[in-house]
Amino acid sequence: MITVWITILLVALANAAIKASGPVLVGGRELPPRAGAVISLLAPALLAALVVTETFGDEGSLVLDEKALGVGVAAVALMLRAPVLVAVFLAALTAALARAFV
Amino acid sequence: MREGSGEVVANGGTGTEKKECLSPYYAGARAALPFALATLVLGVSFGVLARSVGWGPVAAVGSSVLICSGSAQFAIAAVLGSGGGVPAAVVAAVLLNARFGPMGVAVAPYLKGGPLRRALEGQAVIDASWALASRGGGRFDREFMIGASVPQVAAWFAGTAVGALGGDFVGDPEKLGLDAIFPAFFLVLLWDEIRGGGSAVVVAGLAASLALLLVPFAPPGVPVIAACVAALLGLRRRS
Repeated sequence: MITVWITILLVALANAAIKASGPVLVGGRELPPRAGAVISLLAPALLAALVVTETFGDEGSLVLDEKALGVGVAAVALMLRAPVLVAVFLAALTAALARAFV
Repeated sequence: MREGSGEVVANGGTGTEKKECLSPYYAGARAALPFALATLVLGVSFGVLARSVGWGPVAAVGSSVLICSGSAQFAIAAVLGSGGGVPAAVVAAVLLNARFGPMGVAVAPYLKGGPLRRALEGQAVIDASWALASRGGGRFDREFMIGASVPQVAAWFAGTAVGALGGDFVGDPEKLGLDAIFPAFFLVLLWDEIRGGGSAVVVAGLAASLALLLVPFAPPGVPVIAACVAALLGLRRRS
């Protein structure tokens, strides 16, 4: 149990330091315009990477499972202009149904 | 039922759709509500997972309060739960959360105060809040971001507590498909970013490919950081 608490404390400190680093180092300075162009593309890059690693990544290997099916259904729902919660709910429902019946 | 009589309509084509009666903090909190609900469910599944690998309820909830980051917490529970040591768990969490470095740089010019206050405000950077507060062209809405983080943090605490204390009633999160919520959640945010088309779509495709290529070779977290390189496409084209 002590191992768990030591890890929690270390990660809490590291996480706070990571989040503080940008704001403290950059301060209130304006970033150069070219940096603005890169930063505006940071969100799609990060989010796309998070989507694929969370969907297909499983401890160092790529898998195609019920979770991926659920996320695929959510993607279709979003393209059909479904609300956020409906899309997310459909992802879970699809994965659950696929696991139960397939 | 608006008639607009007696109202001078300045039709300059610059009308914004912002509801100016709302404080930006409140607007951010409201925009984050669907994400807070998804975060609540994620929190429940984290609480259940933490208990299943032998954490007590206090450790499960304590980690949510102290760390307050889903990806890092899932990672350390998984690493420690599968017999890994403290260094492996900390490294995994740091790599996963390294993305908050560049995200913090991006919002930095819009935060307020001296170094200490900026460091504190930087803690409000949460994936969904950061993405929701992005105003294009690298600009961010500070108040909106902070407001958006409030319901999500509350939901994360509450969800963890429910999962850690009442996990027996919840059952197996995977059976309920709850593990699909996390990627679906990021997909919603991504969809918002790329539906306008343009270079965001190209960058998203490139980043996704890079991350997928790296998953089999690099430790968790590294593919996401490496995929940020795709954003450097912003350096070319626009002058």
